[in-house]
Amino acid sequence: MGGTMMEKILSSHGAGDCRPGDEVWIGIDNRTARDFAGASVVANVEKNGGAKPIADPSRTFFTFDCNVPANTIPYADNQQTIRNFARKHGLKVFDVDAGIGSHVVIENRLARPGSTTVGTDSHLNIMGAIGAFGQGMGDVDIAFSFVSGRVWFEVPPSVKLVLEGIPGAGAEAKDVALTILGRFNHHELLGKSVEVYGEWVERATLSDFITIASQGTEMGAVTILFPPNRNVLDYFGMTEAEAVYADPDATYEAEYRVSIDGLKPLVAAPPNPNNVHPVSQYSDVRIDGAFIGSCTNGTLDDMRLAAKLLKGRKVAPGVMLKVVPATRSVWRTMMKEGLIDDIFEAGGIISNPGCGGCASGQIGMTGRGEVQVSTSNRNFTGKQGAGDTYLAGVGTAVASAVLGRIAGVGELEGV
Amino acid sequence: MEKRTLVLKGRLWVLSRDGELISDIDTDMIYHNAHLAVTDVSKMGQYAFGNLKGYEEFAKQARPGDMVLAGANFGSGSSRQHAVDCFKALGVQAVIARSFGAIYKRNAINSALPVLEIPALADKAFAHFEQVEIDLGTGTLRGPSGSVQGKPMSGVARDIYMAGGLFEFARGE
Repeated sequence: MGGTMMEKILSSHGAGDCRPGDEVWIGIDNRTARDFAGASVVANVEKNGGAKPIADPSRTFFTFDCNVPANTIPYADNQQTIRNFARKHGLKVFDVDAGIGSHVVIENRLARPGSTTVGTDSHLNIMGAIGAFGQGMGDVDIAFSFVSGRVWFEVPPSVKLVLEGIPGAGAEAKDVALTILGRFNHHELLGKSVEVYGEWVERATLSDFITIASQGTEMGAVTILFPPNRNVLDYFGMTEAEAVYADPDATYEAEYRVSIDGLKPLVAAPPNPNNVHPVSQYSDVRIDGAFIGSCTNGTLDDMRLAAKLLKGRKVAPGVMLKVVPATRSVWRTMMKEGLIDDIFEAGGIISNPGCGGCASGQIGMTGRGEVQVSTSNRNFTGKQGAGDTYLAGVGTAVASAVLGRIAGVGELEGV
Repeated sequence: MEKRTLVLKGRLWVLSRDGELISDIDTDMIYHNAHLAVTDVSKMGQYAFGNLKGYEEFAKQARPGDMVLAGANFGSGSSRQHAVDCFKALGVQAVIARSFGAIYKRNAINSALPVLEIPALADKAFAHFEQVEIDLGTGTLRGPSGSVQGKPMSGVARDIYMAGGLFEFARGE
C-alpha cells in the first residue's frame, strides 16, 4: 500500500513503514530553538545532556526572532544565555539581525523538500510550503532533539484538499489561506496532515505556499503540505526525483474540494482567524494602524507588492503603517530595489527583520479600542495587544492604510 | 522520584461558560505571552489561566491534586511549555478535554502531565468541584455524576508518562 507525503517523509527518516496512529521515532535534520523558549531548551540540555550534550553541532542551531534586539532584560538575559551555550558547544546562532528563524532556515537551504525540522516556533510547520516536515514543539522536545537527534511523533491521518479554480484579480495567497480558515471549523483539520492539490497549486510561488502553510497552526492542522512544483524545485536546484510526493495509491482519511475560483479579498475579523468574511463587509470600519510582515506575509514578494502599491500614495493621516521584512536578506534587497524608499515616502514605519507584531511588540502593540489590519496569522484576544486585529493580505493592508478604513486593493485609485 | 500511577483521584475544575464546556482555550489564555521570559517553573503557577475570562483566580484557588476539565482543542496556539509547566507548578494532576492541540498534548506527555482525551464528553456531565477518578490505562473518567469513556493512553506516550518524562524515559531505555 502506498504512502502519503507525510508517511513517506517520516518513513525516510527512520519510521519504517508507518500508518496513522503509530507512534514512531524519527531522525531530525534541523534541530532549532529561538530566543523564545531557547533558554529553557538550554536549561533542559544542561540538566539532561551530560558532558557532550549535542548529538550533531552542524545540524543544531538557534534563531533569534521574537524580541530583536532585546528590549526587555529577561529576553536579553535569555539571548545571552543561549549565546554563551552556543559558543561553548560550537553551535551556530542566527542572531538578532537575522530575521524569522523559519524563513532563515529555508533561505539558507538548511531545510529542503522532504527534510525534517523541529524548533520552538509553533509556526514551524511552515516547512509544508516546501514539501518538508516541520513541527513546533516545546522546550523539552527540542532539548531532546538537540541531545539525541530524534523525536517521537504520532503519525497523523492525512487528508487531501483540492483547491478548484484560480483566484480573481486582487486576491492573494493570504485570501486562499483565509478561505480555508473560513471554510473549515478548525476542529475538522485538527491533528491532520493536509496535502494540497489543484490547478493553482501547480503554478503558485514559494511565497504563496509560505503564506498558506504558515497558517496551518491556526487551521488546527499538523501541517499543510504542498507537493513541490517547478518554482519550489528550482529554488532548491532539485529535480522531482529528489523530492517526496505521495504514492498514487496513498490512503487519505478524507478528501475536500474547495473553490477558490474568482476569489475576492477577505478578512478574518476579531476574535479568531476562522471569522472570515469579504473585505466589503467591513468597509465602514475605521483603522488606526496596519501591519505588513510576519512569517505569513514577510517575504520579498510581499514587500515588493506593498512597495508597488504604496509608491506614489500616502498613508492616511493618523494611521500607522508598520512594515517588518522577514529576514535580513529580504531587507537588503528592499534597500537595493528602492522599496524602502517607496514605503518611507508613503509614510510607513520600517523595522529591522523579525517576527514583528506577533511576539510582544517588536514594532509596538495595540491599545484598547485600537483597530489594526494585520497580515500576520493570529488575531486572538490579546495576541497583538489589547486592540482589535483584522487579518488580511498585503493588498488589503495597504489599501486600508491609504484609505484609513478597511478596504480592498481594488478600491485604490488606479489599481 | 515521584511515583506514577494510571489511576488518579482528585477534585474537578469544570471550565464552562453559559453551561457549555469552554473550547479553544489557547496557550495565551492558559499562560499569557507577557510572562514568557519566566524560566523558573515554580514561578509559573501564579499565571495559570490569568487570561481566561472568569478563571483569573484559578491560580489562587487551585489545590494540589485538582484536575481540569475543558471542551475541544485545549491548548491550541503556541508551543510554549509554560502552558504545561504552570499546572505542574500548582500540582494540577491531569487535564481532561474533548481534544487537545497537537503541540500541547506532546508537551504535556513529555513533562508527565497526563492528558485524557474524551471526544464524547457532554457539557453538563460533571459538576464543578466534583471528586472524580480517572483511569489513564482504560481512558475512563468517573464520578458521582456518572462515567464516560475516552481514549486510553498507550504506546510511547504511556511509557514516557510512567517514566516521569521524556528524558527520564530515554535514560531507562
